Amino acid sequence: MELFTPDFGLVFWMFVAFILLFLVLAKWGWPVIIKMMDSRAATIDQGVEDAKQAKEQLDNAREEAKKYVVEAQARQAEMLRDAARMKTEIIEQAKNEAADAARKEMEAAKAAIEQARKEAELQFRNEVGKFSIDIAEKMVRTQMKSDKAQTELVNKLLDEIEKN
Amino acid sequence: MSKRISILAMLLAFLAAFPFSMSASGNDDHNENENLDVKEIIFEHLGDGYGWEVPFAHVYRIPLPVIVKAEDGKWFCFSSGDLTEIEVTENKETGKIKKHLVPVMKTIEKDGKTYRFMLAHEGSHKDKVVELFPLNAEETQKAKEEIANDNGKVAEYIIEEDGTYYREYRPLDLSITKNVAALFISALLVTAMVMGLVRYYRRRGLRAPRKGMGFFEMLVSFVYYDTIKSTLGENTKKFAPYLLTCFFFILTMNLVGLIVIFPGGANLTGNIAVTLVLAFMTFVVTNIFGTKHYWKEIFWPDVPLFLKFPLPIMQVIEVFGIFTKPAALCVRLFANMMGGHIIVITLTLLIFIFAAFGTGVAGGATVVSVLFSIFMLLLDVLVSFIQAYVFTLLSALFISMAVVKEHEHEAKEDETYPQLERRDRQEIAEEKSAMKKLANEMDA
Repeated sequence: MELFTPDFGLVFWMFVAFILLFLVLAKWGWPVIIKMMDSRAATIDQGVEDAKQAKEQLDNAREEAKKYVVEAQARQAEMLRDAARMKTEIIEQAKNEAADAARKEMEAAKAAIEQARKEAELQFRNEVGKFSIDIAEKMVRTQMKSDKAQTELVNKLLDEIEKN
Repeated sequence: MSKRISILAMLLAFLAAFPFSMSASGNDDHNENENLDVKEIIFEHLGDGYGWEVPFAHVYRIPLPVIVKAEDGKWFCFSSGDLTEIEVTENKETGKIKKHLVPVMKTIEKDGKTYRFMLAHEGSHKDKVVELFPLNAEETQKAKEEIANDNGKVAEYIIEEDGTYYREYRPLDLSITKNVAALFISALLVTAMVMGLVRYYRRRGLRAPRKGMGFFEMLVSFVYYDTIKSTLGENTKKFAPYLLTCFFFILTMNLVGLIVIFPGGANLTGNIAVTLVLAFMTFVVTNIFGTKHYWKEIFWPDVPLFLKFPLPIMQVIEVFGIFTKPAALCVRLFANMMGGHIIVITLTLLIFIFAAFGTGVAGGATVVSVLFSIFMLLLDVLVSFIQAYVFTLLSALFISMAVVKEHEHEAKEDETYPQLERRDRQEIAEEKSAMKKLANEMDA
């Protein structure tokens, strides 16, 4: 039966020991531990969150970079196209200019040639006129050597005038 | 693995051989000895003591202070070693020397008065310190008559060998007994563990502790997050220190009690005084922090009127409940731990009981009982955890029931029958509109 009757001394000391233990631990023990565990849990959670965010940011950055690359490639292609177009344009222009210049030259040459030709023609005509007059003079002189012929011609011319 | 098995087998063989040699040398000694007093041995191990047994030497005790208040109100403090003496007896035939521990009277002179203290041999104060008062001739005569009438029951008197009769008085006893010392050791262990963890945090900040400290922290977090926080919710911060202290103090006391030799060996949580105080604490905490709603539930619970009005049936039950809850806590822990201790001691004692049946039986009994004892001790380690956990969990539950607020309770009730209420409301609305229609028609 003595097992079931609490001993006063032990009850007293248990009370003292428990109260002391509780006071000491409640003041300096458990709050620190609980705070630490809580803050560690919070830190870990924060870390996970941060890592997630960082990964997201990284993914975003990667995507952005990809976008930039694509854009740059597009621009490059455009630039190349532009350059090619410009090249052809320049060549075309140059060709045109060259053609123009050639044409002008040609025209100038033609004009000069025409001029020369006209001058030559004129000269030729004058020459021919002079020759023909000379020839006619000579012919006339030879034909009009006789008076008869001269009279005949005068008659003939007179006939013609009369007829008219 | 096979190496381990062989080592275990060797150990068992050694254990089996051990009682052979013992009984071989002490066989005849055993015969003349009185039978093994199993009950006494068990009770000695379960109970308290004024000294602490030195490991493996039964008669030598580590002296502890005895603090008593004599009948006239004076306090005395002396060593428990003064209360016992080692008596050496020699068996004439075999020449074997046996040592016994016998109680002796401690006399203290103080202010011209003689105070006598002794451990009571028998009676209601057996093995406790009592103050003794010598009786004069007249009183002796009276005592003799009383003893004769009591059929040999020597309750309140002690008879010394010289024929002097003494009256016993049990003084107020605040001695640092074995259990009290173990109590302090356990409390210091808990403090050391907690403060160790705190110091670790101070030094290393948020880094998680490893090994022993890590295990301790795991336990703390298990008790705090999974038991206390999940039960108490928003009141966690207020009661967590008490519940954590409870858990670790009980756990440490349980485990220290399982260690067989010196720093342990005291059957602390298997002692009803210890569990009584623990349960009383929970009782006090529960009822001090009990809300208005808690008391209302006790004195005017939500039950049909006939259960509480003319005859306060529910009130009686509820008021009993206030006391039975902590009482159950107290008895559960006490009975579980004491039961474990009794089984282990009994299994160990089997060896000595079977020693009487010859060497072969004793050897077999040794192997079996050691295996069973190991198994039981391992089981007790588990029980130590479970009982500490159960005590904490139930305390948390009782506290959470006491600090519940009214609106929480009502909110819960609303949640229970939401469909019913909605239907009711709808019906009422319909009825109202129908009445209005009727009234309009009548007017027209």
